[in-house]
Parts: sequence; structure tokens; C-alpha cells
Amino acid sequence: MISCAEAVRQLWDYLDAVLDEVDRTTVEEHLRRCRRCCGELEFAVELRRFLARAGGEVIPTDILRRLNDTLEELGP
Amino acid sequence: MGPVHVARTDRTESFRTLVRGQLPRLYSIARSLVGDDAEDALQDCMLKAFQRFDQLSEVAAGPAWLKSILIHCCYDHGRAKARRPSQVDFDEAERFSLYRKIAYEDPFPYSDSLHLDFLQEFGREDVRAVLMRLPLLYRTPLVLVYMEGFLVKEVANMLAVPLGTVLARLHRGRKLFEKQMWEYAEESGLLRKDAR
Repeated sequence: MISCAEAVRQLWDYLDAVLDEVDRTTVEEHLRRCRRCCGELEFAVELRRFLARAGGEVIPTDILRRLNDTLEELGP
Repeated sequence: MGPVHVARTDRTESFRTLVRGQLPRLYSIARSLVGDDAEDALQDCMLKAFQRFDQLSEVAAGPAWLKSILIHCCYDHGRAKARRPSQVDFDEAERFSLYRKIAYEDPFPYSDSLHLDFLQEFGREDVRAVLMRLPLLYRTPLVLVYMEGFLVKEVANMLAVPLGTVLARLHRGRKLFEKQMWEYAEESGLLRKDAR
């Protein structure tokens, strides 16, 4: 089994789905057995959700109008 | 009206249709990358994209193509304001773990969900303020992957850099973000009991 330090080092790559199959299996095996790393995993998952919730800002009406005006001014 | 003029009118209308459909997403990205300069960055993006519209080979590639141009416009706007990477202590950030820091400092001693409580202290504007403390180079992959939901390989294509480069910047960006979150929480009084 890999060490906690190694598992934590690969945690975000695991969540970002960029690990190859061998590394992914190794991390999953570690997480199944290690309660300490599970806490870090839960926090990393929450931090990802937290960032996702902060995205998707709605464009204000006045800015949208000005941008559409610029679009209309473009032409042949 | 001659055939050349008709063709150029069609081209302009195709461009407008493409951009109109993407404006909400483009604004959201620009706002997270350059804050109050988002509108200016988007104006620049539209002008540059229109000048280069003939280079776009297929309409389906238009949204990704626009985002790529926008990001470079954001870089132009953010460059003057951003802290240079050399001003950031990466070694210290690399050693930092927000998870361990929260557990060690135990800012909410009566909480049984300490880490979640910490995150809940941050509103959307707090998150943006923390992001703006990061160099734009490292802020960009965080915004695109975690806030806007793009895959790492899509971000690599948008930035025209290898996948490994995006992964390295993402890693550094996360570490810097975690460290800045803690510092921001301390400076803003989010960890004080009376702020809860």
C-alpha cells in the first residue's frame, strides 16, 4: 500500500481524473483502508464543490447591453 | 448589393450569432479571471475574434476558439495588475495543507464539522477576493477547471500548452489558493467567534 503522503499528493489528480488506471487503483485501495486520508479526501471534494458554487456569475443587464451594442457596430 | 457584400454580411451575422450564444459564459470566465476588468477584456475579445473570424475553420469549434481568445485578452488586462510568480513563495505554499492547518489551529472548537464550517465562512465575493490574490497564471486553470467545469485536456487546448503544464499550474494554483484562503480568513476576521 502507498504511504499517506503519497496518497494525499495524488488526491487532487485522482479527483481531476488525470491518473492512469494503475495509479487510480492504488489511490482507491489506500482510501478504502485509511481513515485519515478519507478526511483529506472529503475536504478536497468539498473544496471542489465550494469553488464550483463560486463560478457561473450572471452577466449584469447593463453590461450585456453594451456588449451587444458593440456586436451590432461590427460590420462589413 | 453585390455578392461580396452579401457574403460579408452573412459572415458578420454568423459571428454575432456565435458570440451572443457565448456571452454569459465568456463573462463568467472573464469576471473570475480579471474581476472588474471583465467587460473591457470581453470587448477586446470580440474585436480580436471578429478580425480573425476568417481563420475559424468550423463553426463547432467557435465556442472553444472564443474562450481561447478571451483568456489571452484577460492575460493582457491582468498582466499589469497581477503579482509576478517570482513574488510568490512557492516552497512555503507547497508545504502548506489547509486541511491540516484547520485541524491544527481548530478555529471553531465547539464544531464537529470543523472543515465544512471553515468553508461556509466564505461568500462568493470572498472566494473572488482570494482568487485575485493569485498570479493570473495559476488563477486561470483553477477558474477554468473547478469553477467553469472544463476538463484539464480542454484547458490545455484553450491555453495551447501541454497537459503536464496545466497539471503543474493547477497543482501550484491549488496550493496557493489554500494558503491564501487561510490568510484571508485571518485578515478578514472570519475565524473570530463573534464573526460567526
